[in-house]
Amino acid sequence: MKKSELIIAVLTLLILWQLGAMIINKPILPTPYIVSQTLIQEVINGQILDHFFASLWRVVVSTLLAIIIAAPIGLVLGQSKRLHKFISPIVYLLYPIPKVVFVPIILLFFGIGDFPKIMIIFLILFFQVLVLVRDQAAGIRPELIQSVRSLGAGRRALFRFVYFPASLPAILTALRQSVGTAVAVLFIAELIATQKGLGYYIYFNGSTLFNYPAMYAGIVALSIMGLGLYYFVDWFEHQVCAWQYL
Amino acid sequence: MNGSRQKDFVIKANQCMIHLENISFQYPQGELVFQDFNWEVERGEAWAVLGPSGCGKTTLLYLLAGLRFPLSGKILLMDKKITRPRPHTGLILQDYGLLPWATVRQNVELGIQVRDFYGPDGKHAPEENISPENVDFWINRLSLNSIQNQYPQKISGGQRQRTAIARTLALEPDLLLMDEPFSSLDAPTRESLQKLTIELCIEQDLTLIIVTHAIEEAALLGQKILMLNQPPITDTIIIENPNAINSGYRYSDEYLALVRELRNSMDGYEEK
Repeated sequence: MKKSELIIAVLTLLILWQLGAMIINKPILPTPYIVSQTLIQEVINGQILDHFFASLWRVVVSTLLAIIIAAPIGLVLGQSKRLHKFISPIVYLLYPIPKVVFVPIILLFFGIGDFPKIMIIFLILFFQVLVLVRDQAAGIRPELIQSVRSLGAGRRALFRFVYFPASLPAILTALRQSVGTAVAVLFIAELIATQKGLGYYIYFNGSTLFNYPAMYAGIVALSIMGLGLYYFVDWFEHQVCAWQYL
Repeated sequence: MNGSRQKDFVIKANQCMIHLENISFQYPQGELVFQDFNWEVERGEAWAVLGPSGCGKTTLLYLLAGLRFPLSGKILLMDKKITRPRPHTGLILQDYGLLPWATVRQNVELGIQVRDFYGPDGKHAPEENISPENVDFWINRLSLNSIQNQYPQKISGGQRQRTAIARTLALEPDLLLMDEPFSSLDAPTRESLQKLTIELCIEQDLTLIIVTHAIEEAALLGQKILMLNQPPITDTIIIENPNAINSGYRYSDEYLALVRELRNSMDGYEEK
């Protein structure tokens, strides 16, 4: 997408929002101007930044955890046919289950605080990374492995020079695909048993304080986080895996 | 850079490079590919291994490369039993085996990087020092300068194979194993790479084993041709072709006669 296209798209959405607000003309849909004013005020005087970073922290930690744990397992499954045969049916069963249904269970078990939220996002990303890395590792042509082995590479060097770089695009694709879901589930998780995070902020302002401009400011902040994460992963993928975009 | 090796060539001439003694090989749940098979290759020889597809040519090469192991019998390379890929053996495959995420230059550097990863332990990599300057030398020698920063998918098949050759030769091998290296290339490219292979083998004092199903290629590159029948392979059928690597051999009557002879005997195999 070109920069000019992006600007036009943003403007179009803002105009539609503005028109909608003018037509509905009720406090439950404030205009973008009021919302952006509120957002700026909340950033300067309020606590929205604290909530923003609380949410961001949960996403980032769970993402890193998912990569650290799922990528090696995916690599091993991709390399070993025997393990693959044993574990893949389990993954196959669990993978399509929408992980968001585990939210109540995880909250029951792990209670309040950051940990259950991190766990939920971790679960979503874990399967995504696992499956994509596994497929990528399994898809490496045996000729490539044999060639690199003939250059002297043993298991460790193969991991370093073949399997790791080969799985990098899979990890990043998994992240790009699931970052939206992760933020959505984070929102749901933050509705319950916490007083930190944008999910809580949005819910609290909307249903307790009836401060609709602040609620919308929270929604905008969460959207910015989701977009930002998506484009960051996208940008990073282009930097690290330039060879895929020739 | 290869001065030192040329000196000890005199001493090592007529040394046994490859010694296969009564080897048998079978894939798990597969048929027997080799049975009590024997073969000797002397240092500096250029061999072509010729046979129809599925006859075990590639298996033979993988056995020599230390990527597969015989059920019984022994394989000695330079009088040493092989238990893993030998640092001084270079392997070139039909599909190049280049890392798609690495540029031509990075691919050529790969062998040296692997060596640095383990250190020169003599097990994963040659004991003697290998100069990183080899990379530049081989990039120049194989005319890869202008494409050294390109990724493999952006270059032609011939350039890919030259990259793979540069990568292998940067590790200063004494034995070059090639598995159908030029089969997927167009005729002019194939011809020029065949010539290049001959030049390099002479320059670098390499022992060459090239596996091919192309009769012409076997006749052009193999001073000795090992014919493989349908498996299980027991006999060692060798055709002498001493003038193969001479320039102009491609146009000689001797070459044409040999091609005819090989074709006749290959036809015989098909019918069996």
